[in-house]
Formats: sequence, C-alpha cells, structure tokens
Amino acid sequence: MLMISPRMASGMQEKQYTPSLLNFFVYNPTFGQKEGEEEKKILFYHPSDVEKNEKIRNVGLCEAIVQFTRTFCPTKPAKSLHTQKNRQFFFEPEDNFWIVMVVRNPMIEKPNKDGKPPTVEYQEEEIIDTVYGAVVKQCYSMYKLFNGTFGRQMEAGGVELLIQKLEKFFYRYLQTLHLQSCDLLDVFGGISFFPLDKMTYLKIQSFVNRVEESLSLIKYTAFLYNDQLIWSGLEQDDMRILYKYLTTSLFPRHSEPELAGRDSPLRPEVAGNLLHYGRFLTGPTNLKDPEAKFRFPKIFVSTEDGYEELHLIVYKAMSAAACFMISASVELTRDFCEQLDGLVGPQLTLLASDICEQFTVNRRISGPEKEPQFKFIYFNHMNLAEKSTIHMRKTASVCLTSVHPDLMKILGDINCDFARVDEDEEIIVKAMTDYWVVGKKSDQRELYVILNQKNANLIEVNEEVKRLCATQFNNIFFLD
Amino acid sequence: MEHYLELCENPVQFENASSVNNVFFDEANKQVFAVRSGGATGVVVKGPDDKSSVAFRMDDRGEVKCIKFSIGNKILAVQRTLKSVDFINFIPDYPHTEFTQECKTKNASVLGFCWTSWNELVFITDQGIEFYQVLPDKRSLKQLKSQSINVNWYQFCPETAVLLLSTTVQGNVLQPFAFKSGTMSKMSKFEIELPVVPKPAKLSLSERDIAMATIYGQMFVMYLKHHSRTNSPTAEVVLYHLPREGVCKKTHVLKLNTTGKFALNIVDNLVVVHHQSSQVGLYYLYLPLVFDTLYSSSWSVFQPDIIISASEGYLWYLQVKLPPTVNLLQDKGKLMDFLLRRRECKMVILSVCSQILQGGEKGRLPIVATVFDKLNQVYKEYLEAEQSYTAAVESGPSRGSAAPKRPVRTQAVVDQSDMYTHVLSPFTERKGVSHKFIIAVLMEYIRSLNQFQITVQHFLYELVIKTLVQHGRFYMLHQFLQYHVLSDSKPLACLLLSLESTYAPAHQLSLDMLKRLSTANDEIVEVLLSKQQVLGALRFIRSVGGHDNVSSRKFLDAARQTGDQMLFYTVFRSFQQRNQRLRGSPGFNPGEHCEEHVVHFKQLFGDQALIKPSTV
Repeated sequence: MLMISPRMASGMQEKQYTPSLLNFFVYNPTFGQKEGEEEKKILFYHPSDVEKNEKIRNVGLCEAIVQFTRTFCPTKPAKSLHTQKNRQFFFEPEDNFWIVMVVRNPMIEKPNKDGKPPTVEYQEEEIIDTVYGAVVKQCYSMYKLFNGTFGRQMEAGGVELLIQKLEKFFYRYLQTLHLQSCDLLDVFGGISFFPLDKMTYLKIQSFVNRVEESLSLIKYTAFLYNDQLIWSGLEQDDMRILYKYLTTSLFPRHSEPELAGRDSPLRPEVAGNLLHYGRFLTGPTNLKDPEAKFRFPKIFVSTEDGYEELHLIVYKAMSAAACFMISASVELTRDFCEQLDGLVGPQLTLLASDICEQFTVNRRISGPEKEPQFKFIYFNHMNLAEKSTIHMRKTASVCLTSVHPDLMKILGDINCDFARVDEDEEIIVKAMTDYWVVGKKSDQRELYVILNQKNANLIEVNEEVKRLCATQFNNIFFLD
Repeated sequence: MEHYLELCENPVQFENASSVNNVFFDEANKQVFAVRSGGATGVVVKGPDDKSSVAFRMDDRGEVKCIKFSIGNKILAVQRTLKSVDFINFIPDYPHTEFTQECKTKNASVLGFCWTSWNELVFITDQGIEFYQVLPDKRSLKQLKSQSINVNWYQFCPETAVLLLSTTVQGNVLQPFAFKSGTMSKMSKFEIELPVVPKPAKLSLSERDIAMATIYGQMFVMYLKHHSRTNSPTAEVVLYHLPREGVCKKTHVLKLNTTGKFALNIVDNLVVVHHQSSQVGLYYLYLPLVFDTLYSSSWSVFQPDIIISASEGYLWYLQVKLPPTVNLLQDKGKLMDFLLRRRECKMVILSVCSQILQGGEKGRLPIVATVFDKLNQVYKEYLEAEQSYTAAVESGPSRGSAAPKRPVRTQAVVDQSDMYTHVLSPFTERKGVSHKFIIAVLMEYIRSLNQFQITVQHFLYELVIKTLVQHGRFYMLHQFLQYHVLSDSKPLACLLLSLESTYAPAHQLSLDMLKRLSTANDEIVEVLLSKQQVLGALRFIRSVGGHDNVSSRKFLDAARQTGDQMLFYTVFRSFQQRNQRLRGSPGFNPGEHCEEHVVHFKQLFGDQALIKPSTV
C-alpha cells in the first residue's frame, strides 16, 4: 500500500499553534437528573473558572452526542467528535462515569495586510484519535493508580469525597499533560526494558527474593535501571501505569538534583553512610532527621478479586531503583525504614555497579553506537516492550523527538490502519520530505522505520528494512 | 546421646586368642592370623573379606613373633627369632619348603619386617634397615640396599610404603624412608617437640603415641602429646604433614581438653581419638565431637580404622554415622564442607537440603544459596574432569603420556537429577509453602548452576514453569523467558505452545524460541499452518531457503482448510511455479499426493487457471 502524505503549509510570518487542552471534565449522567439540578452531574471541570451554565451546556452536549450515537451501535459508543476548531474525546471508564477531554486543533495564524485581523486556519486532520484517546485513558489509569476506582470513592465517602479526590488529583495532573508532544508512544503505553545478560539478571532475581524473604511485609517488588524495567512483581497492567509514573514523574523530579553539582543547594543531603549510595525517593529524605515522616504514597493495584492498596517505597542507589510495595494496612515505622535501608542499600549499590559494568562491557563489544541510517519504534503488545530510537530522553516537562511532527503523524496513521485488521501487514509510505516510512505488523508486534534515503526505490527500502530486522531483531520471530 | 561412630555390622571373625592360639594382625593386608600351636595344628588367615581367607599348616619351629603375607598372598614371612626371618612360597608350582634369611648386621636384633611389594621386604633391626628382594624360585633373598642407623622402634604406613624410624636417645627424631619398586629413598628427618625434655636423656617418645595416616591423600604423622602436670593440663594431638619431597611441618593441633589414655584412628578422613578411661572422644579436623559408648579394655586399635578384640575373636571396621552429625554444625555452609568430604554423603546432603527448605525461619535464602554453590562447585569440578577425560579419549593415545583415567564419581557429586528427585520436586509439592518461596529457591538453584556454567537440564525448567503456571504467575514466566533465564530448547518451546490456551502470549514466546534455535524451521511451519497462517508459513520457509524441499501437500491441505479460495489459489500457483523452476514442469509428482487438490483447483477456477507446461 502506498500513500502520499499531505504537505503542510509553511510561511515566514505565519504563526503556528500546537494542540492544547481546552476542557477536561468528569461527569455522571445519572446524578442530578431532576430539572435544575444538572450541575450535580458534573464531578470535575477544567478550567474551573468557566461559568456554571456553560459547564452544564457542554456536559449536556456530550451526553446528548453519546446517547444519540448509541442508537447506531449500542456496543461501541462514540469515542470522539471532530469539529473545525476542536476535537472531543469520550471515555467511559466505569459504568456511567464519563471523562471528556476537549483538545483545540492545531492552527496557523496568517497575518493579513491592511491591519485586518489575522486569518486562522484550523488543521483538523492533524490530530490522531488513537493518540489522544490513549491520553484520556492514561489520565484515568493514573488517577486509579493513586486513588482507586471512582466507585470505590463513592462507597467510601459518597460523591463529596469523589469530587474532592478528582479535584486534588487532576488539578496537578492536567498541568503535566503536554498535548503537543503526544504521539504513537502514548498509544502503546509501553515499557522500555533494560537489556541484560542472564547472570546479572539472575543476581537481581536473587536480590529481590532475598529482600522479600527477610522483609516479609514486602508484597511486590519492581526493579529498574536507567529508567528501564528489569523486573516486575506486579501484574503487567499495573506495572504499565506505575512505570509511566516512575519514568515521567518521579524519576525526572529526582534526577535534576542528582545532575546538579556537588555543592549545589539542589543536591539532597547525603546521609552520613559511606557504605552505600541508597536513598529513599518516596518517604523520608533523610533517615537521620528526627523529624522525618515515614509516609509513603499509596497506590492501588489489581488483585484476583478487586483492588488492594499499597504503600509505594521507591529506593534508589546510583542508577538502580527498587520499588517495594507493602500493604497499606500496615503502618510503616522508622524502624522498618532503617532496616530496609541497612539491608537494601549496600546490596543495591553493589548490584548497580555490577549492572553498570556489564552494560559497559556489552557496549564495548558491540562497538560505539553509530548514528544509524534509520530510526525506528518497536512495540510488542504481548509484553508491552517498547523501543524507540526516535525519542530522546524523557524529562518531566517534555518528550523530545528527533523527527519532524509530520513523520510522527504518518506513524500514527499507519498504526490506525494496523488496528483495523487482525492480519499481519506491511505499509510503506514515501513522505513529501523524501523520507521513507515503513510500518510492519507481525503477530503482536509492530515496527515503524523511518529511512532517510531519498533516492531509494520501493524495492531497496524493502530490502533495507529486511536487513534491519535481521540485525536488530534476529532473536524474535518476525515474518518478512 | 547420639552416636556418631559405629562398628561395622559384619565383623571379621576368627578364633579367639588363647594359650594354644596366638593371634596376629597385619595392617598392610588387613589380615588376622590365628596360629594354633606354633602352626602345627593350623594357621587360619581371615580378612579383609571372606574370599581372602587362607588356611594351612606349618611346622612348629618355635614361637612365632610376627607373621605376614607379602602383597597378594604370594610369600609368607614368619619371624621366630631375633636374628632371622623364615619364608614359605605360596605361589603354585613353587617349592613349599621354608627358607631363612638372617639379618646381615652383626649383633643386631630384628625388631620386625615390612613387605613393600609382592616380593620385596625390609628388615628393621636395632642398628638399621636392610632391604631385600625375595627370589622364590631360588628360595633365597637378595639384598637391595641397607642403611645403618640406631633404631628405637618403627612404624610403617602400607598405603604409602613409608617407614618411620625413631632415632636418637630420646627417640623423638623421626627418620622416614620411602620404598618403591626396588628402590629405597631417605626422606628428610624431623623432630617431634616433646612436652618435657628429660635429664639425663632417655627414651621419651613411645611408639604408642605416634601413628601414621593418610588424610585427603596427604601423609600425616600424628602425635599424641601427653602433657606433664605442670604444663597445660590436657592432652593434644599434633599433626605433622609429611610430604613426599620437602620438609615435614607441624600443621594442626587438636586440643583434647581431657587427660588419660588415648588411641587414634582415621575414619573417612576424620581423626578419631578414643579416650579409654571415660568415653570415646571423636575429633574431626575441624570440630570436636564427643560420643559415648561402652568401651572394652581388651580392644586394640589399628590404623587406619580397625578395632580388634583378640579375646573375643572379632575384627571391626570403624564407621562414621553421618546422619546424626548434621545437627552438630549450625553453620550450614560449614556443614556442607564437612559432608562433601565424607564417603557416604549423598543422601545425608540431600536430606540436609530438604531440611533447610522445610524450616520456617527468615533469612534462609542466603543459606540456600551458599549450600547450592558448594554443591555445584563439586559438581562442576566433576563435569570438567569428565569432559577433559572424554576429550583425551577422543583425541586418542598420545605418546609419552599415560592413558587418561576416568574421573571417579564420588557421592559428593550431587547432580541436577539428584536435586530434582530428592529435594526440589518434593519441595514444590509440599503443602503450605508459599509459591514465592518455591520460585525463589528454584531460581536460586538455576542461578547457582549458571554461575558455575553448568547447563541447566530441561526438567528443572519444567518444574519452574509448572510451579508458575499452577499459581497463575504467567507474567513472571514471561519475564524469565524474556531475559532467557530459561534457555531455549525445542522441548521448552513445545511446552510453551501447550500453554497457549491458558496464556496467549506463550505462542509468541514459543515461536521466538524456535526461531532462535535455527534448527526448528519445520516446527515453525507446523505452528503457522496450525494457526492457518498459510501465507506466513510460505513466506517464512522461503526466507530460510527451505521452499524447495517442503511438502506441497501440507500447505495445500492447510490452505484448503481455511476455506479462503483466493488463498488456495495463491498457494497452489506458488507451488506450480516451484515445480516449474525445479523440474521444468508445473505439474505435481505422484509422490506428492496432490491429485485431489488439482481436482479441487480445477473445480474452483477451471482448467485454464492452471499454469500450462511451457512448450519447448
């Protein structure tokens, strides 16, 4: 299948606006069904300073659209609504609870001569449903990770508690949404795994097992290195969202002080313990502090019959991070934290330097990483493994990509095509900018390659991708 | 109290000592001689096993002082006087009449003699030693070598053929000699430190306080040091290591913490100290142990592990009872070190492993790890020895080097199937053990095997997978496979395939594994065809260059089964093209059994859709 992507207009004085968040609200149509009590349906509304009647109007509109479209297909309710200026995304995570996100379409402002107001040109086709649909789902998952389900709060403290929790969570969370840099990776919501040899991996296993055995309060453990996952005792879906939290929120917040110089005021006080480099990323910053509080964030993970609430202890030594999860019904004490610090600190420090050494050795064997002729994104639906050479290091604020947004858009489109059919397929696209974009789907795996070979023909591109698969993915079964 | 030593169940029985029956014991051949009336009414030789019993008569030519067979019962030597030794041939067809050898040193008394081979022996006299070769056919002896030296007493270690002479007035300078096929070599002498130096000098070191022993293949001289009252109040055993070459060195001191009469044995490389007055003390090289038993004063102790009751007519071997010893050492690592060196250790080791896993206390995993590492260290050494033996045998005999010796598999080699059968498999089936701990233990064992670069056997992986599946820990399993902790193999890939119905991703994991094996292309095709991925299978077999050899029928069957007519068309045409390329004709060979598919194809698409044979 060959597609030609539309070319985006560009002009010197034109002003480009990226997609941005207009509204975000949570409602339940079964609340406030009486005339005049419509406001009760609204559980959360962003921005909060919108006038009440407008809120009611917008929620009512969404409700109507969903109701109306349901008549066409009762099993698959509407997911999004495209308009010229914006796009709305609907998501019903729990029965009758709806989350709606309204995104303003990207636009170009063209200045007009003679002092006339500039013409605004909305680019309605630039936004991909699957990408922002995934963002809404992620918002819910993140909320659920820290608060449990909406239903749980309703049971615990009624609608008042739910409203309070939603407010508290989304007020901060929405500020961290960077809609302009959302892309294919948000659709995947994958996990980047740290490549490791068998022996070092077994050592980590041994470490995790020993800690769990001697500190039997610990229910689950996850182990990461360099922000990449090595071991998860949590089930896949819980790990997926915890991983997202760790890598996009917790770690970036703590890496900045680490990167800061030794004498920087940002650098946290290093405890007097020279035996190891371990420290708590959640909970007490300094164990020695007599005022230290032993409170940890609580998270909710799934169990066979519902959910359980856990303390989340994140402990880090150099580049190795271990997350220990303990039932929230247990109160964590100074004593326990000191015990954990004493047991885990030295071992984790040692492991971290072991892994680092292994990693350097492997690097040296495989030779210095050359800037390859191609960039790729790989994702496996089975284990959520994702690998991207397109994205730079994620920071708290932005996720940088090394390719033009146009190309990212093509990747997103190909992904949508893949999602439509079950069978394996391959799509090759020549972009206007002379890049070749190739998408391959084999069983549960997807691979997207961007080739910078403007003079290559279709056959050559095909050959090139085959070569790439043979070198980069030779240990998995990938149909040619 | 537990008993750590026992006498063997089947002692060697002989006629008890009496006024008419003299009993002798030869440590070299471990034989008991019952000599009735100086031999005139019979000599019965027993031990070490029933088969080697001999009975004969000899003339009563005076009281027998010492009687010993040469190695292999070829020649019998009898000492009746202080001056000479008599010999009788026991080789068939040789004259049986006795012949005599007098000692050659004038005015010397023969203290005794020791056989060093089937026909060589050494006389020890108070003035030196004389080394002889017996010429049985000529009924005479040839002196090979002699050495002049004042001798108080001597000890002989038959295993190493080393003779130890006590010299000087005090007797504490010991001179060893080594014998080997006709040669006699003097080793460097050494001095035993006496607790008190007597003035004036007199013989102060008794032969009863010295014993020779081989421990872990090394020769030691053991000295029972009795302290005088003024010095430290308790006795001790001092070990001197006597190397073949080089100087003898004091290496170990075993404190006995008691006084009295002692006797020494070596059992299974353990030093045993018998304490005659109270109980019997047992001292290992590492740890002191005490056990008590009724102890008869009429028993005599012989090296290395023999106890004889001449009055009752019994010869026992002393044995270590291992099972009770496991409670003596709290440190399981040290316990393993101890057990791994014992002869009958395997079942005890395995039961200790099970015992560790049974306990409920915390902090067991590090202990489990240590124990596994110790076992696998020994296991690995054996595997390596076995490997280099195989390599040596395969490369054929090389000149100048001895034929390779097959390594001995001792009980200390505890392999994966031992662990599986006796420890791990029962452990995983035990009720009430958390699956977390079970998996942790299995992973620890796999880690240890990997650390020693031992190939993990499939049944262990099977056990891991079985346990994970039983507890629904599929994601754990997935991660283990992702990091190749469970190594690729066809059986493992097949096992994964069988899990697909309960855990869908197992299908992908299995295919990946088959791909990495690179010898499983046929299996991959089968898997894809079973999933009705006919085109995928076709593309795969092409990509690995196997297209020319696959069975077209298999593919056509699968394509037809899908009910997809276009697919059937494509596959059919593709094989016609293959036939054309291979044989110059698009038709199928009768051997391919594709007739029904040809008919089916014609029915669907008509004759004209077939590729026509090209006309040359």
